[in-house]
Amino acid sequence: MREMISMIVVLTVLTVISGGLLAAVKSGTEEQIEIQVLKFQKAPAIESIFPDVTNDPIADRFTIKTEEMKLQVFPTKLADGSKAVAFETKGTGFGGPVGLMVAVNINSDKVIDVRMTAHAETPGIGTKPKEDLFFVSQFTGLSIMDTDFNLKGSGGVIDAVSGATVTSNALCTAAVKAKEVYQKLKPEIIKQMK
Amino acid sequence: MAQSLAKEFTKGLWTELPPFRLVLGLCPVLAVTKSVENGIGMGVATTFVLVCSNLLVSLLRNIIPAKVRIACFIVIIATFVTIVELLMQAYAYPLFLKLGIFIPLIVVNCIVLGRSEAFASKNGPIMSVADGLGIGIGFTLSLGALGAVREFLGNGTLTIWEGLPVFSMGPDFLPFRFMLEAPGAFVGLGLMLFLMNLIPQK
Repeated sequence: MREMISMIVVLTVLTVISGGLLAAVKSGTEEQIEIQVLKFQKAPAIESIFPDVTNDPIADRFTIKTEEMKLQVFPTKLADGSKAVAFETKGTGFGGPVGLMVAVNINSDKVIDVRMTAHAETPGIGTKPKEDLFFVSQFTGLSIMDTDFNLKGSGGVIDAVSGATVTSNALCTAAVKAKEVYQKLKPEIIKQMK
Repeated sequence: MAQSLAKEFTKGLWTELPPFRLVLGLCPVLAVTKSVENGIGMGVATTFVLVCSNLLVSLLRNIIPAKVRIACFIVIIATFVTIVELLMQAYAYPLFLKLGIFIPLIVVNCIVLGRSEAFASKNGPIMSVADGLGIGIGFTLSLGALGAVREFLGNGTLTIWEGLPVFSMGPDFLPFRFMLEAPGAFVGLGLMLFLMNLIPQK
């Protein structure tokens, strides 16, 4: 009995201390990690979506805060003079959250392009939508106001990448979320872009 | 004392060199040694975990009940691995992207658990740190060496930091791409094991 209690006590104390330590390190590094993700994940995605814009969408970014969420918005101006924004939403994949950078033309409400960003998917399998741009090209030109961005199997219009169904599904969930966010925050985005 | 301390430290550099003498922890050895930079980054991360977990296990060795010692070791190791993962994300993000899943896998690396079980749980903190440091540096050098062989043959370059090659064979070099693929890792490791075994052990 004594032995059992000592086992329980030692393990409990050890896990509690570990948990506390990890929480401290996480909150200490959170800000720096966000900067790194912006530099190495979001910036390349935005550059590949908007290859030749005149402004710097990363430097011009602004944040919209609502009661439920915080959204980082990257604004720019397209060659034809219409305004566009890019923002990131997340879906849940095989190894945790999967980010999707969605770029929308504000004047026409059409998706310009999307890119997969930060993820923890299985290398070589769940990373296919990031390397093979066919999957993300399906989003181009669709209206963000009334398209069902789910996979075809769930009644939507997007074809999954074979072998990476869970990741494809995560990206579609992120796109559906992007649709909701955009519809809700569009007035706010336009107001802040001036 | 000083003599045995030096012995514990240097055994990891040669007689118990993890990947080549003990042939342990081969998963990261084969997977991440595509360049010197990746190999050394992985080695440094493992060394940090080894030293910290050895120190803590050795300090707690009289408190941890024998029946749940493995569970306690895993909790300690996993904590340090997660700290390494967070720090790497914060300060060396490109390296984190390249090493990916192999950082969390340090938790189940048999070298780390092996040192806790076989050494740190039976020896004092100073000895345990020396042991962890020796094994860790040996592991780092081995990964760096295998990474150098594979990168040199497979890409014609040697990269130490941030993707900038310190040495390059130039554009005329026809790279032996096979060495960068998974089978190349086995061949490279096998040849290095062969060369090491030519040198007689004392």
